[in-house]
Amino acid sequence: MPDATPLTPGIAPGRLSADALSDNFDDLHPAYAPHEAAVAADRCYFCHDAPCVTACPTDIDIPLFIRQIQTGTPEAAAKTILSQNILGGMCARVCPTETLCEEVCVREAAEGKPVEIGRLQRFATDTLMGAGKHPFTRAADTGKRVAVVGAGPAGLSCAHRLAMHGHHVTLLDARPKAGGLNEFGIAAYKSTDEFAAKEVDWLLQIGGITVETNKQLGRDVTLEALQGDYDAVFLGIGLTGVNALRADGEDKEGVSDAVSFVADLRQAGDLAQIPVGRNVVVIGGGMTAVDAAVQSKLLGAENVTIVYRRGLDQMGASKFEQDLATSKGVRIIPNAQPMAVHGNGAVAEAEFEYTTSKDGTLTGSGETFRIKADQLFKAIGQTLNGAPDGLELEGRKIAVSGTGATSVAGVWAGGDCASGGDDLTVTAVAEGRDAAEDIHSTLMGGN
Amino acid sequence: MADLTTEFLGIKSPNPFWLASAPPTDKEYNVRRAFEAGWGGVVWKTLGMEGPPVVNVNGPRYGAIYGADRRLLGLNNIELITDRPLQTNLEEIKRVKADYPDRAIIVSLMVPCEEQAWKDILPLVEDTGADGIELNFGCPHGMSERGMGAAVGQVPEYIEMVTRWCKQYYSKPVIVKLTPNITDVRKPAAAAMRGGADAVSLINTINSITSVNLDSMSPEPTIDGKGSHGGYCGPAVKPIAMSMVSEIARNPETQGLPISGIGGVTTWRDAAEFMALGCGNVQVCTAAMIYGFKVVEEMISGLSDWMDEKGYTSLQDFVGRAVPNVTDWQYLNLNYVAKAKIDQDACIKCGRCYAACEDTSHQAISMSADRVFEVIDAECVACNLCVDVCPIEDCISMLPMAAGEVDPRTGKVVQEEYANWTTHPNNPGACAAE
Repeated sequence: MPDATPLTPGIAPGRLSADALSDNFDDLHPAYAPHEAAVAADRCYFCHDAPCVTACPTDIDIPLFIRQIQTGTPEAAAKTILSQNILGGMCARVCPTETLCEEVCVREAAEGKPVEIGRLQRFATDTLMGAGKHPFTRAADTGKRVAVVGAGPAGLSCAHRLAMHGHHVTLLDARPKAGGLNEFGIAAYKSTDEFAAKEVDWLLQIGGITVETNKQLGRDVTLEALQGDYDAVFLGIGLTGVNALRADGEDKEGVSDAVSFVADLRQAGDLAQIPVGRNVVVIGGGMTAVDAAVQSKLLGAENVTIVYRRGLDQMGASKFEQDLATSKGVRIIPNAQPMAVHGNGAVAEAEFEYTTSKDGTLTGSGETFRIKADQLFKAIGQTLNGAPDGLELEGRKIAVSGTGATSVAGVWAGGDCASGGDDLTVTAVAEGRDAAEDIHSTLMGGN
Repeated sequence: MADLTTEFLGIKSPNPFWLASAPPTDKEYNVRRAFEAGWGGVVWKTLGMEGPPVVNVNGPRYGAIYGADRRLLGLNNIELITDRPLQTNLEEIKRVKADYPDRAIIVSLMVPCEEQAWKDILPLVEDTGADGIELNFGCPHGMSERGMGAAVGQVPEYIEMVTRWCKQYYSKPVIVKLTPNITDVRKPAAAAMRGGADAVSLINTINSITSVNLDSMSPEPTIDGKGSHGGYCGPAVKPIAMSMVSEIARNPETQGLPISGIGGVTTWRDAAEFMALGCGNVQVCTAAMIYGFKVVEEMISGLSDWMDEKGYTSLQDFVGRAVPNVTDWQYLNLNYVAKAKIDQDACIKCGRCYAACEDTSHQAISMSADRVFEVIDAECVACNLCVDVCPIEDCISMLPMAAGEVDPRTGKVVQEEYANWTTHPNNPGACAAE
């Protein structure tokens, strides 16, 4: 029996029983059984120049892979997926399909119920990976060496494509484990059973990739050194800085970054060890805000509130994510901005002011309110941190061309740290892949 | 509510839905359940001659063809006629008929092509009180290898001969069940008529292999590594059956010969279509085998509602109404010009019409960057492929052009008068219109 309950004051671990925690953190979208997959696949119309393909940042040939499932060849379907998106297994779990492929499915227009593309993709990729097969092989050794910095979605995708082309890749990551946000930045119920780590292992089966963890750019290695040692460098370093609230009392005990909370949860061996507040407040409107809020609730917090300064329709989290949050009992308060964090040493209350928005400019209405909070998570966005000097920036990100080339010859970048595209796993995969192709043609064209 | 009472060859039944001779009508237990469920009649599964009953295989008897979501579109079987003793069947038929005097019971028969064999069995059947017999000249597997079933149905002279014997030794209506495994179905139908048949029923099942097991490299259903062709039935065979029915219905030689329609009848609409093509009733098997006997309730309510909607008070009001509209290609109006029209509000932008037309037909559909699909009248030959591949009912329609309009494809004015191939200038054998 847990020592604490949802009503235990303050921040406490073990608010729920092990069984309840296990149920709560089960797969958000359970895997299809073969029969379910067959029924779901039958719904695809095999559209001409299908809208779902256009909507997919990695251009997976969705009608083809669904037809391959239909005809009893899910491993061929997986190859169709993975040849465009080597992290198709993770994307099947975390892609906001409701705003990408499934949003534009013609079945959505016809019946308001799209073909469940994400779950079908998972069925195909799980089938292949479950069989322990890696369907790609390396081309002949080119003798070229490429350093890929950051073993997140962009870096993994880039490294795999480079290895396929016969290059030698050294994949560096600051953390003790590869995977990046797949491993550290996604709600536990979206990637159960150590999937992110298994996918990395599976991906590395291509060969030719050496992983070096605990190697942080700027701390353990410099861009100059990499440029000297390698024929090309790809930066997929993500956004590791966290925005500040700029509200009084931000430094009080109990106030922390949502990204750390999400990462700790993913790495926890035992969820009952993760402390969570009785009253949790999450400030922000993106996927991380929802991931932190929902998981707080699932850990047994009594009250969880997301406060976002703009309207619901402007939240970075999709409608599906918002509905997921509210269905778990999370309250979302839009149009309110943080004013102050109150409490004697530790946070006890958070104070907000209602806002109005005109032409994109927020104005405080003057009306304020307070919410009880033992724990307050900041989820108001991440920023580029530790980018090497000398790279041109665009806004607050590394400026890149359409294929990821930075302003410095021989250095490419992709994923969240680079300009262009949404900050999504699937977009990072596409950018890593495309940069790899550009690196490959640059290196080979130079021969 | 429309009256579904059916009088076919003078045999009354409360509705036109009979169960065909097949496993569902093999014994008393099933037939009683069928009557309780509401079926108008049954054709009792085929009886053979006295003596050791036939034996069936002891492995799979059926093979299947599926549509989306494993919806069964076609079924084949390698089952033979009843494998129960003749006497058992006769006793059961007698009991059931006595208990259900308002339902039709027809006894299907298959004995060797010898007069004595028929002379022996017919009085036994007469004694059951059943309403008539159906001669199984259609079974395409097993029995045909022994000179019965389809082996008889493929030789019009045999049909005529056996039918004549039956009319001679049996007092009640004789229905001749025809095989579709033949080039021209009008010939066996005419032979049956010459032999004195009161009606024909069709179609029996079609020679078929539903699938090949790619591991064992044997046809399905597979018996110990080997397979044999079976008889194909179910929704997939309906178009073939209806064409054959229509050929007999419109053939002057067999005009007026009552027809019992069989072949993929699955819904009330299928039944109405067969009847519009001249069938006095229909026989159903596969639908019952897929969904159970309860499915007849939908057939009854659907047919009745449709008749009410159309103002038909009895089946006779519409039986055969489509027959005059079945004609030969050469008599189709070549001055009729239609164009496809896509309803943009109904369109879900899947682009299947575009792919079908662009890749395989007439390049008569345009696609814009924002996925608006429109028909190019100057290219459209009104082939209907776009309508057929569109997943949305009534999204694409074929609209006839009015006389006097210019067909942008041919540049010719649409003519009001009917004109067919027989008078067309391109026809070397055309005769002058006057």
